[in-house]
Amino acid sequence: MDNALLSLQGITKVFPGVRALSEVALELYSGEVTALVGENGAGKSTLVKVLTGIHSPDGGQILLDGKTVKFANPHDAASAGITAIHQETVLFDDLSVAENIFIGHAPRGRFGLIDRGAMRREAAVLLEKVGARIDPSTRLRNLGIASKHQVAIARALSIDARIVIMDEPTAALSQQEIEELYALVETLKRDGKAILFISHKFDEIFRIADRYTVFRDGEFVGRGRIKETDSASLVRMMVGRDVEGVFPPRTSEIGEPVVEVSGYAHPTEFDDLSFTLCRGEILGFYGLVGAGRSELMQSLFGMTRPSSGVLVIDGVTVTSSSPADAIAAGLVYVPEDRGGQGAITGLPIFRNVSLPSLSAVSHEGIRGGFVSMAKEFALTQKYVSRLELKASALDQQVGQLSGGNQQKVVIAKWLATQPKVIILDEPTKGIDIGSKAAVHAFMRELAAEGLAVIMVSSEIPEVLGMSDRIFVMRAGRKVAEYDRDSATPELLVRAAAGIDGSAQAA
Amino acid sequence: MNEPVVNESVQRMIPQRSQGSFRRLAGSWETLLIFIAVAIFFINVQASPYFLDPWNLSDATFNFTEKAMIAFAMALLIVSGEIDLSVASIIALASTAMGFALQLGADTPLLVLVGLGTGLLCGAFNGLLVASLGLPSIVVTIGTLSLFRGIAYIVLGDQAYSGYPDSFAFFGQGYVWWVITFEMVLFAVAALVFGLLLHRTGFGRAVYAIGNNPTAALFSGIRVPRVKFLLFLMTGVMAGVAAVCLTSRLGSTRPSIAFGWELEIVTMVVLGGVNILGGAGTIPGVVLAAIIMGMVTFGFGLLNVPGIVMSIFIGLLLILVIALPKVLAAAAARLK
Amino acid sequence: MSHSRDVLLGLAVIVLVGVVSLRFPGFAAPGSLAGVFNDSAILIILALGQMAVILTRCIDLSMASNLALVGMITAMINASFPAFPIAGLIVLAILIGGLLGGINGLLVWKAGIPPIVVTLGTLTIFRGLIFVLTDGQWVNAHEMSASYKAFPRAEFLSTPVLSWFAVLTIIGMAVFLTRAPAGRAMYAAGGNPNAAVYAGIDTGKTRALAFVIAGGLAGLSGYLWVSRYAVAYVDVAGGFELDVIAACVIGGISIAGGVGTVVGCVLGALFLGVIKNALPVVNISPFWQLAISGAAIIIAVILNARAEKRPGRLILERAVAAPVANVSRSSAAQRGADSA
Repeated sequence: MDNALLSLQGITKVFPGVRALSEVALELYSGEVTALVGENGAGKSTLVKVLTGIHSPDGGQILLDGKTVKFANPHDAASAGITAIHQETVLFDDLSVAENIFIGHAPRGRFGLIDRGAMRREAAVLLEKVGARIDPSTRLRNLGIASKHQVAIARALSIDARIVIMDEPTAALSQQEIEELYALVETLKRDGKAILFISHKFDEIFRIADRYTVFRDGEFVGRGRIKETDSASLVRMMVGRDVEGVFPPRTSEIGEPVVEVSGYAHPTEFDDLSFTLCRGEILGFYGLVGAGRSELMQSLFGMTRPSSGVLVIDGVTVTSSSPADAIAAGLVYVPEDRGGQGAITGLPIFRNVSLPSLSAVSHEGIRGGFVSMAKEFALTQKYVSRLELKASALDQQVGQLSGGNQQKVVIAKWLATQPKVIILDEPTKGIDIGSKAAVHAFMRELAAEGLAVIMVSSEIPEVLGMSDRIFVMRAGRKVAEYDRDSATPELLVRAAAGIDGSAQAA
Repeated sequence: MNEPVVNESVQRMIPQRSQGSFRRLAGSWETLLIFIAVAIFFINVQASPYFLDPWNLSDATFNFTEKAMIAFAMALLIVSGEIDLSVASIIALASTAMGFALQLGADTPLLVLVGLGTGLLCGAFNGLLVASLGLPSIVVTIGTLSLFRGIAYIVLGDQAYSGYPDSFAFFGQGYVWWVITFEMVLFAVAALVFGLLLHRTGFGRAVYAIGNNPTAALFSGIRVPRVKFLLFLMTGVMAGVAAVCLTSRLGSTRPSIAFGWELEIVTMVVLGGVNILGGAGTIPGVVLAAIIMGMVTFGFGLLNVPGIVMSIFIGLLLILVIALPKVLAAAAARLK
Repeated sequence: MSHSRDVLLGLAVIVLVGVVSLRFPGFAAPGSLAGVFNDSAILIILALGQMAVILTRCIDLSMASNLALVGMITAMINASFPAFPIAGLIVLAILIGGLLGGINGLLVWKAGIPPIVVTLGTLTIFRGLIFVLTDGQWVNAHEMSASYKAFPRAEFLSTPVLSWFAVLTIIGMAVFLTRAPAGRAMYAAGGNPNAAVYAGIDTGKTRALAFVIAGGLAGLSGYLWVSRYAVAYVDVAGGFELDVIAACVIGGISIAGGVGTVVGCVLGALFLGVIKNALPVVNISPFWQLAISGAAIIIAVILNARAEKRPGRLILERAVAAPVANVSRSSAAQRGADSA
């Protein structure tokens, strides 16, 4: 096992305004699991796209069995024996499970037509292999998140590949399904496949990986054998400094309760959720991807109507039929999907910031209803400079800004409405370290000014470092609540993954 | 790379504009349209000695003023990411309703009211289906395209209403001053009103936001369904206005009135630089596109070129003006 | 889910026929129904072409103009060279139509222009070209050869050739869209273009192919239409593009792409055909037809939206002990039962 099956040398990928990968290196070995470690925005997803032929690199070379290869499209990569389980499920809701597994390379019968019987049979075998109990003829739309993920894994295995890439494969799985996945990884290793395993969970990396490679900000930082390292040094490589002291200290006084949520429920997304939030407090929401946290927040924000439950802000019961109502009641939401829901990337900065405050930036009197550009620019200037936004001009399109600066525009937009409660959903996902620290410092500032802050985060250090209290959700329900002092990473992971904490402790 | 975040004591001011207003203007779609308009103007002057006659020019405006009134409202609708293909059918139904009212003895003010009211109701119906029920506007308005004109056919069959009162003729045939027709005035007023609405009001901001990203607009507190409903309502009313003008000009109502106008109106809007996918476009652009289409029609008419050949020209223009920037951009990217 | 929709639509067509034949028993006679099918044949052929385009999240407004242009070309060739074999003429019609569709496809694929803009442009251009070709002259019945006019009416197994063309198109498209990799790619490219890239499907090429298919079928329909009605002029099938889209929408082809069946599409076209044929039978003025198809489109799009309504994400576990996969399957079954 001395020669790498796949070796990447000096791979560079540049997007307009961003150097996503800068001369990175990676080696994968047959029968071994290599963990790719790095923060969000380190370039892991871009690397996966280069390996699977979605992006072609701007520099460097890929060696397969020591020979240079080029992947012009996903088909080339698949033919070379590379398959991937992607982070976001890239599947087709309106096709059957069997077809989702085989689209693009279905078994053929007469006249080159698809042999549907064979396809269903082979799909059933693959589903069995990944431990999924799903009928191959079900329409994908009718499956839950975890089942969809299993279909994605089965799809990856349907290509007889030598190299399997797993991009955060366990993010949405329950503990039992995760165990089944580990067993599958062991099988693949025995079959001599080379596995690239991308994960944020250190316990997982130390459990199944043989080697590691670390990226930071699109650059290669180091690699080695898992046996010869520990989590502290991995974190140091990942972050470039020690984790301690990264988060700003608490400065706020926790005041009287502002938000009271009781009995919030939705038919398919969450059930029986109640909590209280005080002025100056940061309440962290932790859970696995798909635990229903964002769904709860969007319901509080008026996007979906709960089937039951009451939201009280400052003693007033709020019933929102749209976000406009929630904003009027002083509750704002910074969504996780910045480009899709947070910022309007095609519009200039100032038009994004003024959007929820249009009546505040309008003329008064006879020109009432007409927007005052002077007021609009003044409002924008005030809030973006407070957030230290880096932009060339206020009429620059938001889409041209870096992720961190886009996030600042979204936050500035909300601060301009002078809210009482701000919900931040994965506020630092995919943004650079500098902006991350700025966002964290700013959250503290907001709390100190008396805002009530809710932070949804899947990053344990962030949750532990920022929250005054932590609320853990699993499968749409509350499973635990901790004080900042009593929470530990182990407790959070156990609660979120559904391992009975008391039983384990005993 | 991991520089500490420094809190500058003096906060940096970000300039408001990245380009001067001249450079922004020079690179705009409207400037391109002005050049096209000037070129067509001179070609027409060269081609026919009758072109510059003020009365001829005045007459020529009739072939675009009614369509343009609807195009302004349609521009807002398309900027918001929706479309209304039923506008020509609304004209037919509104005109039929006016003819029907005429049979019952309605006078001119009532006729106008009936025309506008019918437009309003039709717009509200479209708006209800699209904004409240969340249905795709292209399919809904193909449905109402058939439905509205279909009702006109049920009422009229192969008959026609005529005998509108003389006072009614003013809307489509009257002159306000010298060669300035009443329709030109309406055209100018509509351009101004919709221009201000789109470019100067909070409502206009919301329209752009919705067209760029309806989800993010909703997440920013814009009442998306309400805005869309109002846009359909406005488009319906403008179709009602056009119905009054056209019926007045023709002096009669047939169910086939304004047949096929929806596509000409959409062409006008798209030629005016409005992105058919939503999010971008201006009213000055649509004004210019209306004038260009009017001049092309008029110029070809003077040269005795049949209308259908002009439609080839308009069709080509539509595809070329949209394809050219994309093809040039792609070529530039490849050169890099 | 879409199968149950097809069944419902099929029942609607049967009920429609039943209601009409309650008062006029002759309407449901086999001969009469075969006539309805024959009358709907061209609409069926066109709707199947449009379906391929709509599946890929595009739309083709130029089909009726394409039909008229190709129909005129075949009529002019026939008028000038009566000896030109009909089979050759049909192949030529399909090729020219496919070529015109290919222009649409290339502009969508390579120039990246939205399909509605492209086909709005080619709608006027194709029809304008007829005028340029003919200078506005008609090609009348007496200028066409007897074999040209007779072919669609000729009977094979006591069924007109026109109907056979529709049957062949139905079978061909059904096999293509359910069994051929390129046909399945249309569902994928329209259902989730982003994911299609990961599956190695070239969305642009797939769309272009759909336009070529739609164009080819429009060309075929061009010959069938002109020979059946024995006249060719500029305004042949004017506005018919909307009937075609209407048939697709009624047939449950989702305008958002990726959803729809051949059976549904054919039933949608038949639904319109039955109405068109039933109106004179029940003594309602044919002027009602437009309004009825408009109302049918609106009702269909409302029903489609209800069927496609996305449930929330399935996050909550229903039963405590059951693994997630089983739970979601049983809840899916429940929803299926609810909607049935």
